[in-house]
Amino acid sequence: MSERILTYRQAVAEAMAEEMARDERVFLMGEDVGKHGGAFAASKGLFDEFGPGRVKNTPISESIIVGAGVGAALTGMRPIVEIMYIDFIGMALDAVVNQAAKVKYMFGGHARVPLTIRTAFGAGRGNAAQHSQSLETWLTLIPGLLVVMPSTPYDAKGLLKSAIRNDNPVVVIENKLLYGESGNVPEDDYLVPIGKAAIRREGGDVTVIATSRMSKFAESAAEKLAAEGIQVELIDPRTLKPFDMETVSKSIAKTHRVVVVNEGHNTGGFSNEISSKIMDSCFFDLDGPVVRVAAEDVPIPYNSVLENEVIPAEKDILAAVHKIMER
Amino acid sequence: MEKQLDPKTIIDRYRLMLRIRFHEEAIKVLFTRGMIGGTTHLYIGQEAIAAGVVTQLRKDDFISSTHRGHGHMLAKGGELKPMLAEILGRSDGYCKGKGGSMHIASITLGNLGANGIVSGGLPIAVGSGISAKMRGTDQITVVSFGDGAANEGNTHESMNLASLWKLPVLFLFENNHYAVSTETSTSMAGNMEKRASGYDLPFVKVDGNDLEAVHFAAHDAIDYVRSGKGPFVMQGDTYRIEGHYYGDAMVYRSSSEVDEWRKKDPIMRVENLLVERGIMTEPEYKMVRAEIQQEVDEAVAFAEASPQPAVESIFEDVYSEWQS
Repeated sequence: MSERILTYRQAVAEAMAEEMARDERVFLMGEDVGKHGGAFAASKGLFDEFGPGRVKNTPISESIIVGAGVGAALTGMRPIVEIMYIDFIGMALDAVVNQAAKVKYMFGGHARVPLTIRTAFGAGRGNAAQHSQSLETWLTLIPGLLVVMPSTPYDAKGLLKSAIRNDNPVVVIENKLLYGESGNVPEDDYLVPIGKAAIRREGGDVTVIATSRMSKFAESAAEKLAAEGIQVELIDPRTLKPFDMETVSKSIAKTHRVVVVNEGHNTGGFSNEISSKIMDSCFFDLDGPVVRVAAEDVPIPYNSVLENEVIPAEKDILAAVHKIMER
Repeated sequence: MEKQLDPKTIIDRYRLMLRIRFHEEAIKVLFTRGMIGGTTHLYIGQEAIAAGVVTQLRKDDFISSTHRGHGHMLAKGGELKPMLAEILGRSDGYCKGKGGSMHIASITLGNLGANGIVSGGLPIAVGSGISAKMRGTDQITVVSFGDGAANEGNTHESMNLASLWKLPVLFLFENNHYAVSTETSTSMAGNMEKRASGYDLPFVKVDGNDLEAVHFAAHDAIDYVRSGKGPFVMQGDTYRIEGHYYGDAMVYRSSSEVDEWRKKDPIMRVENLLVERGIMTEPEYKMVRAEIQQEVDEAVAFAEASPQPAVESIFEDVYSEWQS
């Protein structure tokens, strides 16, 4: 595969462009996705390439953005809908939870909802309490939804393409601070499978499971720990639902120690779900309790000093690994 | 002279209205026998709207319905047996027993689903309109909603977007005067005509218990929508003869009010019309009633005999399969 460097946002745009070129049923709909190219420039160029018929700029009406996506998906289209910030999904939650996720089951199977819901999450930009949350567990809670969280440009493209080709509602949760990150994105028409974790780094001492941007922090922490002689095996789940427990179990069978890092809140965040799954299936492989690194149970504050204290950082991951290695 | 429906169409619609009415009456009995879970919302009193509007759609048109959706489904070609089997939660039901009264749907019949969420069907109808337009067909979507849904944000978002994008959607506002216990005058500021006008949408209001009035208004509205001019809002004023759900004590309204509306029963009005125009005599329409009652009785027997779904089916149809 040829080496080519793209940003995460370019990878997202390219995934959509390729799928729209491949399948005329695919279209994009959302706030400011047209000429403006999306609030995070992740649909830049699509309007010029595909026109207003397939790159539809909507009013600020989140409920109908998703709800109309469901209706279009039920009647033969494969919509991609964008909720600008995941914080706004509250305005659309009925369409996500009660419509998109439910209709297949509720109708006894005779419906398909090939709907991709793209949205952006995460703190660290001074966006304050209503534009910074990690609400993925609102979505992983709901049977009928698939939930992915890419952390690299490669995965952002490959997972999004898989989502668009999937016949289920897939929520693709992108990270605002990763849009500008660069990485290898081959020109090949590749897919990243939904439901398969990535081992970012192999190591025998401790397993660190970190989602989205937290996997970046975990990578730099792992570098420092390696210098101390602690070998981290770093797993990026990439898909939250369905969760790839097989990859995690194999790693824990080797390391016997695990740290789980997620930007969601300490109470009810996805790190808790991962911990529970580990307790269910890996308890006897563990040398000690799972250590969780999560955001404090407070709204995300505006001030950057406060904000960075609230969400997990590299130092928190280092501390967690040190704590677990001392036992 | 006012426009009149031809005798054959009147008889067809009459039979459908009876099918809806007797279906709902059968549900009352089944509910009383403890055979129906949760709650069930009956369409009794509103039959002329489903019969007058939905029957004029093509098979490939779509409807998006409400929690009070049995009538719309029967009017879109739904059959009594799988309807009642679904309401009893059985394996031969439209949703294999997983949906029940509030979620009856059939994509093949063009019913995008009854919907347990008030106003949940409107955005879906708008999406279906987007789809039809993008696929280059002249299919239309009719979305039924009540005076309760009229005050949900979804309704406003839907009318706004449908109007902006000139989508082939007929908004069918069935004002049955009650949202659970709350009377329309205490829940709805202004009126639907003004709201439609606010979104630049054409509007018509009819007596929703008058089959012919509903038919002719819907005919023009459907023509307008199908011609590509954009959405249309049609209001039918009617009355929910039963409670919000079957068994509702209805302390919020007087029995004299209900009695007044019973005098405007849409089925009784069609029967009067049949006799007045010499289409059928009373003994003749009573034979039709007996015939439809028998159809419903047979469907009830079918539903009661339908097997319970297999326990293993719990895990079926949560997701469509995909290759990883």
